[in-house]
Amino acid sequence: MENLIALLVAAPLLGAAVLLCGGRRLDRIGHWLGTLLAAASFVVGAVLFVDMLGKGAEERALHQKLFSWIPVEGFQADIAFQLDQLSMTFVLLITGVGTLIHIYSIGYMEHDERRRRFFGYLNLFLAAMLLLVIADNYLLLYVGWEGVGLASYLLIGFWQHKPSAATAAKKAFLVNRVGDMGLSIAIMLMFTTFGTFAFGPVLGATGETSEGMLTAIGLMLLLAACGKSAQVPLQSWLGDAMEGPTPVSALIHAATMVTAGVYLIVRSGAIFNAAPDAQLAVVIVGAVTLLFGAIVGCAKDDIKKALAGSTMSQIGYMVLAAGLGPIGYAFAIMHLVTHGFFKAGLFLGAGSVMHGMNDEVDMRKYGGLRRYMPITFVTFGLGYLAIIGFPGLSGFWSKDKIIEAAFAYDDGIRGWIFGGVALLGAGITAFYMTRVMIMTFFGEKRWQPAPDPDKDASVEPGIEVTPGEMPHPHESPRSMTIPMIVLAFGSVFAGAFFSIGDRFANWLAPVTQFEHPHPVISVPAITTATMVVLLAGALIAYLMYGHRPVPVTAPRGSLLTRAARRDLLQDDFNHVVLVRGGEHLTRSLVYVDHSLVDGVVNGTAASFGGLSGRLRKLQNGYARSYAVSMFGGTAILIAATLLMRAV
Amino acid sequence: MSATAVHSLWTTAAEVEPLGKIPTPHIEYAQLAPVLIVVGAAVLGILVEAFVPRRARYYTQLFLTTVALAAAFAAVVGLAAGGYGTTEKQIAAMGAIAVDGPALFLQGTILLASLVSVFTFAERRLDPAAHGNRIDSFAAEAAAVPGSEHEKAAVKAGFTTTEVFPLVLFAITGMLVFPAANDLLTLFIALEVFSLPLYLLCAVARRKRLMSQEAAVKYFLLGAFSSAFLLFGIALVYGYAGSVSYARIADVVEGSVRTIDPALADTMGNDALLLIGGALILMGLLFKVGAVPFHMWTPDVYQGAPTPVTGFMAAATKVAAFGALLRLLYVALPGLAWDWQPVMWAIAIVTMLGGAIVAITQTDIKRLLAYSSIAHAGFILAGVIATTPEGISSVLFYLLAYSFVTIGAFAVVTLVRDAGGEATHLSKWAGLGRRSPLVAAVFAVFLLAFAGIPLTSGFAGKFAVFKAAAEGGAGALVVVGVISSAIAAFFYIRVIVLMFFSEPKPEGPTVAVPSPLTMTTIGVGVAVTLVLGLAPQYFLDLASQAGVFVR
Repeated sequence: MENLIALLVAAPLLGAAVLLCGGRRLDRIGHWLGTLLAAASFVVGAVLFVDMLGKGAEERALHQKLFSWIPVEGFQADIAFQLDQLSMTFVLLITGVGTLIHIYSIGYMEHDERRRRFFGYLNLFLAAMLLLVIADNYLLLYVGWEGVGLASYLLIGFWQHKPSAATAAKKAFLVNRVGDMGLSIAIMLMFTTFGTFAFGPVLGATGETSEGMLTAIGLMLLLAACGKSAQVPLQSWLGDAMEGPTPVSALIHAATMVTAGVYLIVRSGAIFNAAPDAQLAVVIVGAVTLLFGAIVGCAKDDIKKALAGSTMSQIGYMVLAAGLGPIGYAFAIMHLVTHGFFKAGLFLGAGSVMHGMNDEVDMRKYGGLRRYMPITFVTFGLGYLAIIGFPGLSGFWSKDKIIEAAFAYDDGIRGWIFGGVALLGAGITAFYMTRVMIMTFFGEKRWQPAPDPDKDASVEPGIEVTPGEMPHPHESPRSMTIPMIVLAFGSVFAGAFFSIGDRFANWLAPVTQFEHPHPVISVPAITTATMVVLLAGALIAYLMYGHRPVPVTAPRGSLLTRAARRDLLQDDFNHVVLVRGGEHLTRSLVYVDHSLVDGVVNGTAASFGGLSGRLRKLQNGYARSYAVSMFGGTAILIAATLLMRAV
Repeated sequence: MSATAVHSLWTTAAEVEPLGKIPTPHIEYAQLAPVLIVVGAAVLGILVEAFVPRRARYYTQLFLTTVALAAAFAAVVGLAAGGYGTTEKQIAAMGAIAVDGPALFLQGTILLASLVSVFTFAERRLDPAAHGNRIDSFAAEAAAVPGSEHEKAAVKAGFTTTEVFPLVLFAITGMLVFPAANDLLTLFIALEVFSLPLYLLCAVARRKRLMSQEAAVKYFLLGAFSSAFLLFGIALVYGYAGSVSYARIADVVEGSVRTIDPALADTMGNDALLLIGGALILMGLLFKVGAVPFHMWTPDVYQGAPTPVTGFMAAATKVAAFGALLRLLYVALPGLAWDWQPVMWAIAIVTMLGGAIVAITQTDIKRLLAYSSIAHAGFILAGVIATTPEGISSVLFYLLAYSFVTIGAFAVVTLVRDAGGEATHLSKWAGLGRRSPLVAAVFAVFLLAFAGIPLTSGFAGKFAVFKAAAEGGAGALVVVGVISSAIAAFFYIRVIVLMFFSEPKPEGPTVAVPSPLTMTTIGVGVAVTLVLGLAPQYFLDLASQAGVFVR
């Protein structure tokens, strides 16, 4: 059975290779081929899952070694896979949501002439992401890590003719490099400390390692996670990444890739468990990000960017939970999975809305769409209820557990602080999601005539738009609505299915351990408080956006609103501190390079050239001169030999 | 009066006993088979010149030469397989010839290199036929005065100098003996046997005949000059050791021989004779390898000689001469290592730097390759100086790698032609990569190998030599070697840049389409370069097994 593991990666990898190398003759069937191979990977995952369920909890982990990758004395790395409960969870999420989004993309990208290439990139992403989660060592994980980064870059910049998309892709790539550097340093530290990269030996040897080293490794892993999962301070790329096609936003920048950081932290749990300082850093990053993302999400008028802020915030919850140790790992992953369902559903819904609205993304120009797009409205609405944590739906189960666990951080002030932040975040979530919901589907129609694509570069290509034409909102084709419906089912039922009887936590327990949290205040009190905060957030949003007409042009807003619209000045900070500083550094280095280094290099070259020209004159063509040279040489040879003896 | 009676009128019978019969020397024919096959074929080749009709000579000679070289190589392989390179190594022919690992390895290298370079000798498709006769690189009649009516008549008659084949076989004979010579006299005779045919071969270029003859005369004069030094050195060392045998010299140097030849009572054991004589012999060998300051013949001769001869000479002479140098230093004079090492250090350094620096300003591709060969001689010297088993094996490997790169590179030079024959001025090579990408790419491979870029044989060889030198305690030498390599990389890469990144000239040269002969030469050159670069380990092991001298 373990021989099937490689197929998980091989199927989408084959798809990527065939689609990207196959050329135009595959244009007609490329999307079907890509979808088929994604589905094949899902089927393999499902077969392995069924097989895994048939075994005892401790025997479920499978291993497969393909071949020895870098066989050097003292430096051994294998292409080897490990499929345990944690990996299996990710495999099913990635291939399942991935397949749905492939299907959705068939309709969404129908008019794009580069659709084959798009599916090739999607398959490449699936292969890399699966490699990331089934690798059995950090080095191979790093390959997948870089692979998803590459796929993300290619897909964000898929409409590369738009300068904004090209810039966003570059930004995502560069910011991720910072995080990747953290991962590579962590791997180097691991190698020097443990002499290996494999999960088993590394994570099994944390007991014999100094806490300082483990803290260093943990902080570097956290840096990596911050980059990939858009956590403060490396979160700035995620909002811009929404320049990519919407299915990409749903798959990569909501459901799967951005959660890789959470996977990394949970996978490395043994390291963090032994390094409380690193754990505290993880919790702080998660708490800060969950507020940061939520605040940004409140101010954005672009539906995708509002959802991106929400993604950042929800991943903040997961990171927070992952930092709590064994009481939080299972909930982090559970929230990750439920979030995968409802956030992918919300993004697909947003894509469906844009599809019907001439690719307009500004929610101030929506309004009253519920009657025109009923399926989108219902599925989006269910996703909305799930994310805000409406009782009984998926988000309620997973988020509530995280809030409880956060209150259980310790018995003192920290438990109150982290618990309070998580609670506050739930309220803000309810506010901004209600705002999105109302502005899009309720209220007055605020539709605007289509912009002229020649003048406005932000128009997504592929869809025929007549400038000045009013939008005719319509329900999307079935290839798009069916994935939305499937995801809506997940949004509704997954949480309850996972939570009742701690089913999910017990499933993961052999990998991540599991302890019941003991919050500083009682669990019913927390649940009640969550409900109160949630209702308050939703009510305020209703009063602000449902009760009053929404202006088509955004009002100036308060200082906080304006800052939040600019991503809480993240880009300005980066620009002033990093870009300017970097430019100064570069300029001074270039100066040194030109004046000093080039001077030395060119001077050396010139002096050798001059020497060569002079020595060349000795070669004058006369045999007599040559003979003199030989004679002199011999004389020196003899003299030197004799001298050597004399000395 | 009988004759005896007349004779007794002015002679008296000697008091001493009359000389007994000179014992027949014991010759191990089987072990000497490679040399004997080649020299036999050379003699046959002379007979072919005398008795075979002119029309059939070319094919007969080519066939004879190829078969002889292949058979001699097979004999070498047979001897190696019979263990003569390792366990069965011995001294044959009454102490004159060593049959051991280095000898067999180098003989094999010389024979293979000769085989592929003989193909370029036989190439007759590069120039258009003159008067209905195919022409090769050699003068129609070497004895004709350049530009004379006589010469024109010879060209018109379709004469060819097929004597080059026996000549090259004689040269190869000498080269085979040279690295195997186990006494100083055999060394000298081998030197002359391979040098004299080379002087002649240099003089018989079909085009630029005056330049070719000038090169030959210079080579001959300077070669004779250096031979005189060498011979004088041999005399002095004989005076010191009372013997020309390497083993005996080594014993005397080490002081393990106490018996003194009464005729040499005044000189034996006189260190001044040894040091001066040793230095003179070294000088003779360094002349052949082209080390600074005995290198000055190299550029002129390489440029003037017919290009196939240049390729052959640059590869095979270097292999033979370094073989002889290794044997002399490792077998005869190891006890003197403290004396010769510092001097050889200095020579290696000036050779590496000198070759690389002067090459920078060269404008003729053949001269450029000549200076490159000087720099390479310096690199090989670095391995020679190591005086370790790794030193021997690294030099053996380097010579194998270098000879095929060199022959291939000169073979490519024969292809680039304009109205005046080969277009050797570098300016004419501009943009070659645009017109003939394949030829330019092949030449680029050779240049990269010369420069020692990884994945080519040049890198593996250079790495082996430098490693051996560093382990032998010559770290500073390695530093100089790497610096020289960097300087040398400049002019190799400059040629690549010139070929691929310059605009072709409108009146530029054309690339001739060669016959399968030259294609084989170039193909083998590329193949060996890449194989030794990608998978050098087998050959390094082979060289390492072969790296033990018999004494």
